[in-house]
Amino acid sequence: MIEAIVSIGFHGLAFAMVLYLISVGLSVTMGLMGFVNLAHGVFAMLGGYVMTRLMNRYGVPFALALPAAAIASALASIPLERVLYRRFYGGEELDQVLLTMGLIFMSVAGATYVWGPLTQHMEPPAWLSGQVDLGFRSFPAYRSFLIVCGAVLVTGLWLGLERTRFGAQIRAAVDNLRMAQSVGINTSRLFMLTFALGSGLAGLGGALGADLLAISPSYAMQYLVYFIIVVAVGGLGSIRGPFVAALLIGVADTGFKYLLPGLGAFFIYALTMVLLLWRPQGLFGRA
Amino acid sequence: MASDPRSAAIDAFARRHRYHRLEAVPWLIAVALYFALPGYLPLGAQIFATILFVLSADLVLGYAGIVTLGQAAFFGTGAYAAGILAANGWGEPLSGLLFASAMAAVVGFLSGLIILRTSGLALLMQTLVVATTLYEAANKASFLTGGDDGLQGMEVWPIFGLFRFDMFGRVAYVYCLVVLFLGWLVARQLVHSPFGRSLTGARENTGRMHAIGAPVAFRRLIVYTISAALAGASGALIAQTTSFVGLTSLSLERSGNALIMLIIGGVGRLYGAFIGVPLFMVAQDRFSEVDPVYWYFWLGLLMVVVVVFARGGVLGLFERFWR
Repeated sequence: MIEAIVSIGFHGLAFAMVLYLISVGLSVTMGLMGFVNLAHGVFAMLGGYVMTRLMNRYGVPFALALPAAAIASALASIPLERVLYRRFYGGEELDQVLLTMGLIFMSVAGATYVWGPLTQHMEPPAWLSGQVDLGFRSFPAYRSFLIVCGAVLVTGLWLGLERTRFGAQIRAAVDNLRMAQSVGINTSRLFMLTFALGSGLAGLGGALGADLLAISPSYAMQYLVYFIIVVAVGGLGSIRGPFVAALLIGVADTGFKYLLPGLGAFFIYALTMVLLLWRPQGLFGRA
Repeated sequence: MASDPRSAAIDAFARRHRYHRLEAVPWLIAVALYFALPGYLPLGAQIFATILFVLSADLVLGYAGIVTLGQAAFFGTGAYAAGILAANGWGEPLSGLLFASAMAAVVGFLSGLIILRTSGLALLMQTLVVATTLYEAANKASFLTGGDDGLQGMEVWPIFGLFRFDMFGRVAYVYCLVVLFLGWLVARQLVHSPFGRSLTGARENTGRMHAIGAPVAFRRLIVYTISAALAGASGALIAQTTSFVGLTSLSLERSGNALIMLIIGGVGRLYGAFIGVPLFMVAQDRFSEVDPVYWYFWLGLLMVVVVVFARGGVLGLFERFWR
C-alpha cells in the first residue's frame, strides 16, 4: 500500500514536471497576450524531435542535446510570433483557434515529412539509466532527474519572475497592459521574448518528457487536451496556477491509470469538469 | 414616406428574414446534379450530411459565439446511436434518425449545462474533453461499438418500407438532401427569430444583453442543444448511408475539419456550409487519395491563409466584392 502511494507520487511528480514545463508558456501567453495558442504543443514536439535526432543520429551527448532542443524551439517560435501570432493578440478567439489549429495540421504533415511517421525512441544516457538508491528505496534514475530538473527550473522561473526587471515587466503587462505601455515598457518586444521563452520551455519539456509523452507526428494534437487542462485548471497568466494544476493532474492521472488501468483517463476528465464547475476561472485565476 | 430613412431602415429589418431568390440556388443545383452526375451520388449524399454538420457548428460558433472544438461529440453520438440501433435489429431509418438526433441533443444539453458556465479557454477545453471522453468511451466499449475496428453489421431498412438504399446512392442522395433541407429550415427560422437575434446580441455584447433582461445563459444552452441535435442527425445520415461508423466520427480531426469547412465558406452566414463543404470534400476526394498525409499540410496552410487574408471566407469575399 505504502509502496503504491510512493510509486504513484514519484511517477506522478515526474509527469507533473513535464506537463508544467510544457504548459507554463501557454498560460503566460494566454494571460499576457490574450492568445489561445492551441499550437503550443508543436514547440514541445519540435524540442523532442531535435533532441532525439541529435542523440540517435549524430551521437550528440544528452547534456548538449537538451539545451539545443530548448534553443531550437525558442528560435523557431520567434518568426511565427512576428509574422502570424502578433496580428491576433487580444483579437477574436475564433481566429486564434483556427490559426493555431491550422498550424497543428501543418505540424503533423511537416513532422511526418521530415522525421517519418514512426514514434521516436528516446534512450537516456548511461549516467541516467538504472536506479538511484535513496536509502529507503531506489528510484529510476531518469525520472529522478526529471523531478530535480523540473524543480530547479520552476524555482528559477519563480525567482526570475519575482526578482528580475524582465519578470516585473511581465507582471506589470499581465496586470494592466495599457498602463505598462504608458510607463514605457516595450510590450511588443516583451511579448516576443516571453513567447520565445515559453516555447523554449515547452521544447525543453517535450525533450525531457520524450519517454512519457511519446514523440510522434500527431504529438500536438494527441496531447493538446492535457496542456490546456493544466492551463484552464490552473488559471490564466500565472506561474503558480499551472504548477499546482500540473501536480494535481500529473499525480491523479498516474494514480488512476495505476489503480484502474483502462478507465484512468475518464477520471482526469471528470475531475477537470468538477474543478471548473467549482471554480470556472481556474484554481488561481482572477474573475 | 418611403424616402424617410427611418421607415427605410424598418423596412430593411422587416425584409431581411424573407426568402430571397438566390436562396433557391443551392437546392436547384442539388436537384440538377442528381441528373447531371449520376456517378457521384454517394459523394453528394456525404456532402449533404456534412453540410448539416457544419451548419450545426455555424449555429453555435457563428451565431452564438461559442467557440467549440467538440462538435464531433454530437456527430459521433448520433452516428453511433443510429448505427447501434441498426446493428441490433431495428433498421428503420427515420425513427433511427430521430432517435440519434434526440440522443445527441441529450448529450448536448447535459454537457452544455456544465460547459457553458465557463468562457474562453476553459470552455474550449471542456468541449474538447467531452469529445475526448466519448471517443475513449466508444473505444473501450467495443462490445457495443466495435471499438477500433468500427461498428459493422448495420442493416438499414428501406425508407417507408419502399425505397431501399441502392448501391448507386440514389435513395441516399435524396434522403440526405431532404433531411438537410429540413435542418436548414430549422436553422434559418432560428437565426432570424427574436431568439436568434438575442444570441447574436449576446455574442456581441454579453453584458448589455444581461442588462436588458435577456436570459443569456438559458438561450445559449438551448441553441447548444439544438445544434447538437442537428449534428446528431448529420451523424445518423452518414451512418445509415454508409452502413459503417468508425471512431473518427468522434475525433478532434472531425471537429477541426468542420471548422475549416466553415471558415472556407464563411462563419455566421448560414450559407458558409453550403460553399465550404463541397469545396473541401471535392478537394479531399481528389487529393487525399494521392497524398493522405500531406493533404493535412495544405489544409493547415489554407486555414492560416484564410484567417490572415480572407476573414469571412468565400462569402466574405463576395460581400466585399459587391460593396
